[in-house]
Amino acid sequence: MRVALFLTCVNDTLYPGTGRAVVKILTGLGVEVDFPMAQTCCGQAHYNTGYRHQAEPLARHFSEVFTGYEAIVTPSGSCGAMVRELYPRMGERARAEGRGNTLAAALEPVVPKTYEFTEFLVDVLGVTDVGAYYPHTVTYHPTCHGMRSLGLGDRPLRLLRAVKGMELVELPGADECCGFGGTFALKNSDVSAAMGADKVRNAEATGAEVLCAADNSCLMHIGGTMTRLRTGIRPVHIAEILASTEEEPAV
Amino acid sequence: MSGTFVGMPAFPKAAHDAVNNPTLRGNLRHATQTIRGKREKAVAELSDWTALREAGKQIKDHALRHLDRYLVQLEESVTAAGGTVHWASDADEANRIVAGLVKETGESEVLKVKSMATQEIGLNEALAAEGIAAYETDLAELIVQLGEDRPSHILVPAIHRNRGEIRDIFAREMSEWGRPAPEGLADTSAELAEAARLHLREKFLRAKVGVSGANFMVAETGTLVVVESEGNGRMCLTLPETLISVVGIEKVVPSWRDLEVFLQTLPRSSTAERMNPYTSTWTGTTDEDGPKTFHLVLLDNGRTDTLADEVGRQALRCIRCSACLNVCPVYERAGGHAYGSVYPGPIGAILSPQLRGTQSEIDASLPYASSLCGACYEVCPVAIDIPEVLVHLRERVVEGGPVTREGTKVVLRPAKGHAAERTAMRAARWALGRPGVLRTGQRLASRTRRLHPRTLPGPGKAWSGTRDLPALPDEPFRDWWQRVHGGEGDEK
Ligand code: SF4
Repeated sequence: MRVALFLTCVNDTLYPGTGRAVVKILTGLGVEVDFPMAQTCCGQAHYNTGYRHQAEPLARHFSEVFTGYEAIVTPSGSCGAMVRELYPRMGERARAEGRGNTLAAALEPVVPKTYEFTEFLVDVLGVTDVGAYYPHTVTYHPTCHGMRSLGLGDRPLRLLRAVKGMELVELPGADECCGFGGTFALKNSDVSAAMGADKVRNAEATGAEVLCAADNSCLMHIGGTMTRLRTGIRPVHIAEILASTEEEPAV
Repeated sequence: MSGTFVGMPAFPKAAHDAVNNPTLRGNLRHATQTIRGKREKAVAELSDWTALREAGKQIKDHALRHLDRYLVQLEESVTAAGGTVHWASDADEANRIVAGLVKETGESEVLKVKSMATQEIGLNEALAAEGIAAYETDLAELIVQLGEDRPSHILVPAIHRNRGEIRDIFAREMSEWGRPAPEGLADTSAELAEAARLHLREKFLRAKVGVSGANFMVAETGTLVVVESEGNGRMCLTLPETLISVVGIEKVVPSWRDLEVFLQTLPRSSTAERMNPYTSTWTGTTDEDGPKTFHLVLLDNGRTDTLADEVGRQALRCIRCSACLNVCPVYERAGGHAYGSVYPGPIGAILSPQLRGTQSEIDASLPYASSLCGACYEVCPVAIDIPEVLVHLRERVVEGGPVTREGTKVVLRPAKGHAAERTAMRAARWALGRPGVLRTGQRLASRTRRLHPRTLPGPGKAWSGTRDLPALPDEPFRDWWQRVHGGEGDEK
C-alpha cells in the first residue's frame, strides 16, 4: 500500500519529530510512505478566521498534490477534519454561489481518502498493537476536532493501551477544549489562557509525566502553558509514543 | 434590540474582567458543571434522542420555510379564539404597542412572566419611561431586577450570583419594591425562596395586567405555551384581567402534535428534568376563567433578515434551552455579561450579530468568541451547527458581503480594524501556495533559531504573555525527508 503523508505546515516547521515517528511506524507496518514535497497547508486558519476565499486556492493545491494516492495520512485531527468535513462544504458553497462544480470536483478524489493517523492505523490497517514500549505515566487529551468532527472515539486509547511499560491515567475534564482554537488564542487570549491553565491543572492532578494528544497545535498551546506554569508534565504527540521501542526508546 | 447594552466593549475586553474575577469564575464553574452532568444523564435516558433531535430540527425548519403561511394561520386562530394580534417590526414598535395596551387598561403596573423577547426589546425600561412599573416574578429574574443587574444566562439569569449575594440583594432592595424581606434573613435556599414567595404573592393578588412571552405558538389552534419550573409564570398567566404576550415570530409551530417533541427535548436539555414542572397553555379568552382580554404582539426585530441568510437562519431554530451555554468553555470563563446581549453564550454569539447586524464593536467581535470546539453543536437539541454559523459570520465581518437589513438587500463592507490581519492572511496564503517560499522561510527560521525570543512583540504578545513558544527544531521535516529519502528538489 502506498500512502502519502500529509504532515501539515505546523508539524513540518515546528514538530518534525512527529513526522519522523509516523514514517517509522507506517514503514514498520509494511506501508510504503511518500512525502509529496509540494505540500503546504490545508487552509484551516484562513477558513476558520473568516477568509474562506483565501482558503480555496490552498484546498485546490492540496488536491493537486495528493490526488492519486491510495490514502492520505495526517497526524493532526484538526487538519484532517478540515479536509474531510470542511472541504466538501467549500465545494458546496462555491456551487451555491454560482461558481460551478470545479472546486467540488477537484476535492472529490482526496476527501474520502484522508485519514487521521490513529484512525488509519485502527480502521485501515486494523492494528492496535504497534509493538511500542514507553515506560512512563501518560494521560490522554482527546482534541476537539479529533473527537467531535472526526469521531476518533477510543481509537487512540486502544493504541495507547497496547503500549508496553506504560501506565495510562484518566484525565479529568478530558473532553473540554484546551483553549487553542487557532487564532482564538490570539483574539481572545485571556479566555484562551484560562482554558489552557485549567487543562494543565487537570493534567497535573493525574500525576502523569506526559500528556499526549493526536494534534501538535493543541499540544503547543498546552505545552506553552505547562512551561509557563512550571509544571513537571510534558506534552508528547501520540505518534512519538507509538514509535518508541525498547531498542529505540523515546524520552 | 434593547438600548440596555449599547456601548458594550468588544468581547475580549468584556471577558477580561470576568476571567480575572475569582468569585464569578467560581459561581459559573460550579453552576455549569453541575447542570452539565445532570443533562447528560437525562438525555442518556431516552433511547430515541437522536431521532427526537432530528424531528425537532425538521419541524422548526419546516415552520421557518413556511413562516408566512403559519403566521397568518396563527393570527386567524388567535382571533377566532377571542384574542387580538399585533405585528411589531422592531423593538420600538413592540414597546409602543405594549405601553399603549397597558395604558388602555388604566393601570400603572404589570406583572411579568420571565421572557427573553421582552428583555430583548428592553420592555421594562420602555414601560418605566411611560410611568408603568413592570415586576419580574421569576425568582432569578427578580434577583437580577432587584440587584439592578443584567441577566447573564438564558435559563438562570442570576447564575453569576451566589446565595450570600442574593441574601444581601433581598435584604437591601425588597422594601423599595413592595413587601420587605423578613428580619434576619439567612442565605439558605429555603429562607430565600420563602422571602421571594411572600414578596411576590402580594403582587400576584394585586395585579390587573400580566405580560408574558411564549416558548411555542401553535398555528392550528392559536395556542401559546410557556414551560417553567416555579409556577410563578402560571400565576401571571391566570390571575390578571388582561394578558399581553410578546413573542418572536420564529416561535410558531404548525400543530399541537409538534409539541410532543419539544416537551421532551427542552426540559432535558435545559434543567435536566424529564418534564418541566409547569406547562401552561392558553388559547384566546374564555368567559369563566383566566384573563378577559388577550393580546399577542408578534415580534420581528431582525428575524426576517436572519431568515434571509441561508447559513445563518438555522439560529432561528433555537428553543432557548441554554444547553449550549452550560457546555461552552468560553461562556464558563467569560460569563454572560461579556456577550453584550440578553442572548449570551454560543447561541448569543450567532444570534445577536444577525438580529442586530455586525456593525458595532461588540457584534463584530462575537463571532470570534469561540474556539470552535463544537461542544455546543453536540448538545443542541435542534442541531444548530453553531460553529458553522460562527465561521460564516466571521467571513461577513472580515470580507463583507450581501446581507438583508430591514427587508432590503445591501452589501456590507468589511468591518474596520481587520486590514492588517487581511494583509497577513493574504501574505501567508501566498507563501503557503508556494512550497519553495515556505521552505526558504523554514530554513531561515531554523538557522536563526538561537536569536528567536520566547515571547513575541505586536499582536503575538497576546499569545506569549501567558504561554511559552516551542523551540524551533534544527531542521524542518521536509529537509530531513530529502536528506534521508532523496527525491525531488525544491518545488516551484
Ligand atoms: S442554540 Fe441549541 S443548545 Fe443553545 S439554547 Fe438554542 S436550542 Fe438550546
